[in-house]
Amino acid sequence: MAVPARLCCSRLRYSLFAIRYSLLAIRPSLFPRRAPMLENFSFRTIVEYLPLFGQGLITTVWLSALSFAGALAVGIVLAAMNLQRAQLFRIPAKAYIDAVRATPLLAQLYFLYFGLPRLGFVLPELVVGILALSLNSGAYVAEIIRAGILSIPRGQVEAGVASGMTYVQRMRLVILPQAFKVTIPPLLGQAIVLVKDSALLSLISVSELTRAGQLLASDRFMPAEGFITIAAFYLLLYYCLKGLAGLSSRWLGLQPARSST
Amino acid sequence: MIWQQLQSLAGSYPLAVRGLGMTVMLSLISLVLGTALGFGLGILRTGGNRLISSVIGAWVDLIRGTPFLVQIFLIFFILPEFGIELDAFTAGIIALTNLAACFICEIVAAGIRSVPTGQVEAALASGLSRWQRMRQVVLPQAMRIVLPPLVGQYVLLIKDSSVVSAIGLTDLTRVGWLVVQRVPNGLLVFFLVGVGYFIVCYPLIMLARRLERRMGAAHGEVQL
Repeated sequence: MAVPARLCCSRLRYSLFAIRYSLLAIRPSLFPRRAPMLENFSFRTIVEYLPLFGQGLITTVWLSALSFAGALAVGIVLAAMNLQRAQLFRIPAKAYIDAVRATPLLAQLYFLYFGLPRLGFVLPELVVGILALSLNSGAYVAEIIRAGILSIPRGQVEAGVASGMTYVQRMRLVILPQAFKVTIPPLLGQAIVLVKDSALLSLISVSELTRAGQLLASDRFMPAEGFITIAAFYLLLYYCLKGLAGLSSRWLGLQPARSST
Repeated sequence: MIWQQLQSLAGSYPLAVRGLGMTVMLSLISLVLGTALGFGLGILRTGGNRLISSVIGAWVDLIRGTPFLVQIFLIFFILPEFGIELDAFTAGIIALTNLAACFICEIVAAGIRSVPTGQVEAALASGLSRWQRMRQVVLPQAMRIVLPPLVGQYVLLIKDSSVVSAIGLTDLTRVGWLVVQRVPNGLLVFFLVGVGYFIVCYPLIMLARRLERRMGAAHGEVQL
């Protein structure tokens, strides 16, 4: 059976990378030992590689944003299916959500990465990565949205029915505006998880932030400089999103008080 | 052709069993250690000492804010620079235990904070010691809040254990990656890998759901 040329190429690249790493891992003595306790931690090398890190950071940010948009789309469709009364819609949605939640993202990523070419879709690694992140996060987003909608008290729905609203009107005017408020903080939490999960894309050689660190680690044998720097960048992203989550919940916490006065 | 592939897959059966064993063992060891450590940290976190509490909080934020893959690389490649030589298995256990402890610490701390202060005051008034208060009054009540997310955390931990394949441990994901080099059918191979994880994780997910429902019922919430 002919393996697609593109897959061959990326697999070769990956195995070269793996060999380089396993050498580093198994026989550290092969490489010049550095003084212990990070005495010669080289900030100069970090500065030298800063453009690479910057590029990685930007890639991580936009691919996470794109994946999050995809996850929202997948999640809304799944949540809508899951809330239907008809088993025809509910069962597939439930099965999908359970399957995604019970398997690791890395296995899903490899499933798409090695599986899609079999089906005749030869896509760049970056697209495969975004697809995997969207499909994975979508299942979690669906659960968040569902929980948000179910958190609306029954009386609200009944009041809508009593006022003679149609299903669409009830959804649009009564349930969704309230559910929206409840779902924002957990959705931002999911965004944090997604940014961290995007690090796994480096394992299928997408050149994002973690990949930049790996390059520095393997080119110069400076794992400390590489990985501590990317950890710092991820922390930066984490605190930004966490601050946003805090702001949003404060803003949303204020809202009911304002509307009640 | 598919028949040949199936035969070849059947040939990698021992490898798959080893991988599954590795995944289960890694998760089990770090799950037990992480739970013990997490409970300890959680109790310290709510113990009233500002300094200890904020140090733990900062550490938890540090671990929560960085991807697990990066943490594994840090432990595996940087601890040797401090003169601690680790094999991949130990590095994996340390990374997973640390991750589990941090998340469980937050879960336990939230559970303890949910116990009304009146309970603690009543225990104080009854002359219970610090240890007795924690063990006989606070923890049993906190457990009701702690249990459902704790089981959910175990599922996440088992799934995160797949990331240790990046430092060369032959766990289930790594086995899939090795097999797919010989049997060029990614869909089939990683479907089977997924089934392996599903068998381990799904019962836990069901358990978490049942606990959650029972909690909801206990608090008189209406299930819609």
